[in-house]
Amino acid sequence: MDALDGNAIAGLLVEVFGDERTTSRGTCGSCGASGPVAELAVYVRAPGTVVRCRACESVLMVFVEVHGVTCVDLRGLAALE
Amino acid sequence: MERAALPRRLTWQLAKVVELRDETPRVRSIVLESPHWPGHRPGQHVDVRLTAEDGYQAQRSYSLASAPEDDHQLLTVERLEDGEVSPYLTDELRPGDELELRGPIGGYFVWEESMGGPLLLVAGGSGVVPFRAMLRHRVAAAWDYVPVRLLYSSRSLDDVIYREELEQLDVEVVLTLTRRRPAAWMGYRRRVDETMLRDVAWPPEEEPLVYVCGPTPFVELAAGTLVTLGHDPARIKTERFGPTGGR
Repeated sequence: MDALDGNAIAGLLVEVFGDERTTSRGTCGSCGASGPVAELAVYVRAPGTVVRCRACESVLMVFVEVHGVTCVDLRGLAALE
Repeated sequence: MERAALPRRLTWQLAKVVELRDETPRVRSIVLESPHWPGHRPGQHVDVRLTAEDGYQAQRSYSLASAPEDDHQLLTVERLEDGEVSPYLTDELRPGDELELRGPIGGYFVWEESMGGPLLLVAGGSGVVPFRAMLRHRVAAAWDYVPVRLLYSSRSLDDVIYREELEQLDVEVVLTLTRRRPAAWMGYRRRVDETMLRDVAWPPEEEPLVYVCGPTPFVELAAGTLVTLGHDPARIKTERFGPTGGR
């Protein structure tokens, strides 16, 4: 399936972080590539939402909603600023 | 004591459907009146949520096609045959109905005069929707001295969204029709490629600001080709959509 990009989860990111995050810079914890969250690869059809690095395809962020609570895994990110 | 500014919470609100407009056989525009609309920047989107009688909810993101100066909010929706949301929006919705939405959302795929130009917009199909907001804003804010070119790839002339309106927005529009053409069609008749982008885009030395919006494969190809041609990736903004991404 074709990946979308961070623009597609702008609303979800506001829900999770409390403010606009697509213009933030995300840095990959695996390869160090850095760029706007809006340009990251986003898979919305995975179980939950998966955000990957465009350079090395490492998983950067995972969002899963369980019973109305969004669980967030940011371990793949070195920085989000 | 100084109070910290609290971020504006993103809340669902009801907007009233004022009017529905057929743009093409598969695309319909929804004119909305949202009583507490906080204003938006051209290129931003909204999330739309539908709730079935049994409580099942489906949510999609749609670009705002209206300029901040417009009286109403406009969404333009392409009907996807196997879609969960778009067939309802294009076939079932009626004037007077209410639609649940939240927004505006997103700050990246936005163009304002301070960001400069010249501006190259590259649209595949309904990827033209956010560009309508930018182009209307450019005229309304009298920023029309910023040169703009729109390269718009469409299956046929009948599938071109905002066809008449684009002619009135003081913008250079280059159409390429990929599947069907009128007999006397003199324009491009193929998918966007390197030669076309070299011909249509300002050369990289002029540092155009580029926005590419369309289905994922279209965006990957157009943006990738522009980088190959020497355009600075940092001046190319992309927005992809797909079957579940909305629009």
